[in-house]
Amino acid sequence: MAEPMTHLQRLEAEAIHIIREVASEFSNPVMMYSIGKDSSVMLHLALKAFAPAKPPFPFLHIDSNWKFREMIAFRDRMAAEKGIDLIVHKNAEGMAEGVGPFSHGSSMHTHIMKTVALRQALDAGGYDAAFGGARRDEEKSRAKERIFSFRSAGHVWDPKNQRPEMWKTFNTRIARGESIRVFPLSNWTELDIWQYILRENIEIVPLYFAARRPVVERDGMLVMRDDERMALAPGEVATERMVRFRTLGCYPLTAAIESEARSLEAIIAETLVARTSERHGRMIDHDEAGSMEKKKKEGYF
Amino acid sequence: MTSSALSVEEDDIRAYMAEQENKTLLRFLTCGSVDDGKSTLIGRLLYDTKLIFEDQIATLEKDSRRHGSAGEDFDFALLVDGLEAEREQGITIDVAYRFFATPKRKFIVADTPGHEQYTRNMATGASTADLAVVLIDARKGVLSQTRRHSFIASLLGIRHIVLAINKIDLVGYDKMVFDRIVSDYMQFSADLGFETIRPIPVSARFGDNVVERSGNMPWYDGPSVLEHLEDVPVGDATEAAPLRFPVQYVNRPNLDFRGYCGTLASGRVRVGDQVVEARSGRTGNIARVLLGDADLDEARAGQSVTLTLEEEIDISRGDMLVAPDNRPQVADQFEARLVWFAEQPLLPGRQYLLRTETAEMPATVSALKYALDINTFAHEAAKSLELNSVGVVNISLGKPIPFDPYEENRLTGGFILIDRMTNATIAAGMITHPLWRATNVHWQALDINRTARAEQKHQKPAVLWFTGLSGSGKSTIANLLEKRLHADGRHTYLLDGDNVRHGLNRDLGFTEEDRVENIRRVGEVAQLMTDAGLIVLVSFISPFQAERRMARELVGEGEFVEIFVDTPFEECARRDPKGLYAKALAGEIRNFTGVDSPYEAPENPDLRLETTGSTPEDLVERIIAWLRARGFVA
Repeated sequence: MAEPMTHLQRLEAEAIHIIREVASEFSNPVMMYSIGKDSSVMLHLALKAFAPAKPPFPFLHIDSNWKFREMIAFRDRMAAEKGIDLIVHKNAEGMAEGVGPFSHGSSMHTHIMKTVALRQALDAGGYDAAFGGARRDEEKSRAKERIFSFRSAGHVWDPKNQRPEMWKTFNTRIARGESIRVFPLSNWTELDIWQYILRENIEIVPLYFAARRPVVERDGMLVMRDDERMALAPGEVATERMVRFRTLGCYPLTAAIESEARSLEAIIAETLVARTSERHGRMIDHDEAGSMEKKKKEGYF
Repeated sequence: MTSSALSVEEDDIRAYMAEQENKTLLRFLTCGSVDDGKSTLIGRLLYDTKLIFEDQIATLEKDSRRHGSAGEDFDFALLVDGLEAEREQGITIDVAYRFFATPKRKFIVADTPGHEQYTRNMATGASTADLAVVLIDARKGVLSQTRRHSFIASLLGIRHIVLAINKIDLVGYDKMVFDRIVSDYMQFSADLGFETIRPIPVSARFGDNVVERSGNMPWYDGPSVLEHLEDVPVGDATEAAPLRFPVQYVNRPNLDFRGYCGTLASGRVRVGDQVVEARSGRTGNIARVLLGDADLDEARAGQSVTLTLEEEIDISRGDMLVAPDNRPQVADQFEARLVWFAEQPLLPGRQYLLRTETAEMPATVSALKYALDINTFAHEAAKSLELNSVGVVNISLGKPIPFDPYEENRLTGGFILIDRMTNATIAAGMITHPLWRATNVHWQALDINRTARAEQKHQKPAVLWFTGLSGSGKSTIANLLEKRLHADGRHTYLLDGDNVRHGLNRDLGFTEEDRVENIRRVGEVAQLMTDAGLIVLVSFISPFQAERRMARELVGEGEFVEIFVDTPFEECARRDPKGLYAKALAGEIRNFTGVDSPYEAPENPDLRLETTGSTPEDLVERIIAWLRARGFVA
């Protein structure tokens, strides 16, 4: 008998199975693409699931207008190279009103430019299923979520009344207007993601690797000044520091960490000894207790 | 993480990863009654294996002050109870999945709720677990929920138990208490089929025997919970089992490539292997095994791959490719155990949707044989199953499916039931065995058999199945044909769709399910009549391919003749002999075939009769000639 399947092989097989199940059972699915490392893994799995064909669904990026410039460049290059159908959505009303994290605060900005924008895009596309790259190890309320997570009309998650989920037998039935969020990476940990990126040689945004970047220290977090829209407070200076990012989002809301890790191996070594959880660098989680659950109930991924 | 990880050099990372990757994985759940300390145990495991990050500890400290139930200490349960409602009420509502690793093994743990009302969430956690940690409060002993959870774990195929007698500190680390509870548990679980049961006295709150062995109980010399979880052998037998490949998705990017995608439920498959589609019996040889762009020599249980065959075979989602010499059961009736999840009770006779991993179809619980008492495991007569109860039922499907007994294969032997109105998942089912008609209702050995009856009539029995739109001329032709056969001395019977609906099928409407049942009954009756030696003419719209296929399967190849009365819709609507088209087009009749309900024309009928341009008499002559040519009539 051959060697047993490795942990990564199991996770890969599970994710591919989930992705194919959606393609089989839903008439109009979409895969969220946030450009981050988890999205990069999910895109890779989708390509693997349907080779030699292309994934039979489009990819959707909700552009909050405040992403790192490197992310946008990477996104457009990936879509062209992989030959996928990429849809980019921005909340036009939010743009017109000039919504941003500095003028409106992180909470309002996230709500209008991400959560509301997402609902707009999902409604406009009439998608009956949407893949997200969320993992259960990220956050407590995510640890509670099903792989096939039901949303009532209006994209509402009811955590107290989730469908039982037995074996790999998923209940994909929905009524008109309802939808399912699907999380193929549910059982992956941050370390698994890095190991898989290394094993499969998956290209990721360079921001994950340490480099000298202009950062401002604000409220104990290192914020990279990616463009002129970030005004400096009196006395504040942007200094070049050797930093990298553990997660990527809107640049004013994503803290950098000081790091020398310039290779995947170095990132993995750093992750192994990390004493701070990944989402700590995301400012939105800390607005209030139970914050993520509240956002998820409202439709956030 | 272990301290050795701190000194890992970058260059060693690949070696470290190889080691990580080859670790085995254990999936387990914690279960037991409310407040027995399930979440606390997991929190303690994570904390003591140093898997809690600094910011999470800071949050825990804050939350413990706000919601905690452990006084000045950390309330470890708050690490896992992730929902607001859970933290506020201090209970676990839904299953939480946590991940950790030790130098020996990787673990996925499902922390499941203890309240009876959330049993379905416990079953969710148990369905993918290899082992269950059953917690018991040392002060309370074995409770009804302890029994229920152990029973459900057993039903779902869990074979390894860790019996964690918790809060042992609160009974003064008393060996007598421990021994009594262990003895109670062993006694009641004797028939549950567990291969290993490892009792361990623990204090989740203080960490005794959770990760480290405790000095407080010199009388206990066994392993800690974590030590046992690291060492318990959990064999994965699925690879040694025969090949089962449920086809999940057919990948057809162009005419040159037709790939069957799926995950091997068991066994292995190599390039060149012969495989069989379980239901049709069609065989093929494996041309390629693909994972992404890469060609593999073989795939084994658990892998998600794409298979291509040398031959062009019609295979679709829901079919199953299997080992030719070791096939699954194929049946449309079987016995199963059900765990009922819904507020609405199970009602025998009501139609539900049954879903296996890749197939979905209407199903009826044809009999509720008995309910199982979760305390005594006694069989109890029951008319319905209530929320969270367990019963043994017979299930009847519209068409056969391939499966294995759940005991032999969790993936091909399990199913869920879905409510057709709400789409809620209302039950989990585990198949025990098929119900063949032969085993279900024993055949009477009769001296006069079908051959004898047919010979006496000097004819070959057959079912002449006329399908076509309403008003296409089916009944007119069938009626003429019967007169003609009768005049020739043949023994016939004409089953007319409308007439049958006045009697045998009076209780059926025109929903999709009722139409299926309509056809099933008519198929059965026609089959009985051929058994009696008759030539049966069936005049039925029968709009769906699947139903006609079902009728063909019921009657049997060789005796079933599909005659497509092919009259264009416009012509039928013009003729409108019963005035039905006018009403349907005006919206007064719903589900009318051809108007707001589809007619799936036969692709390969045995006979196609175009009624425009021919008289019914001509068409009858064509049928007679066809029957003669094939020896049905002399």
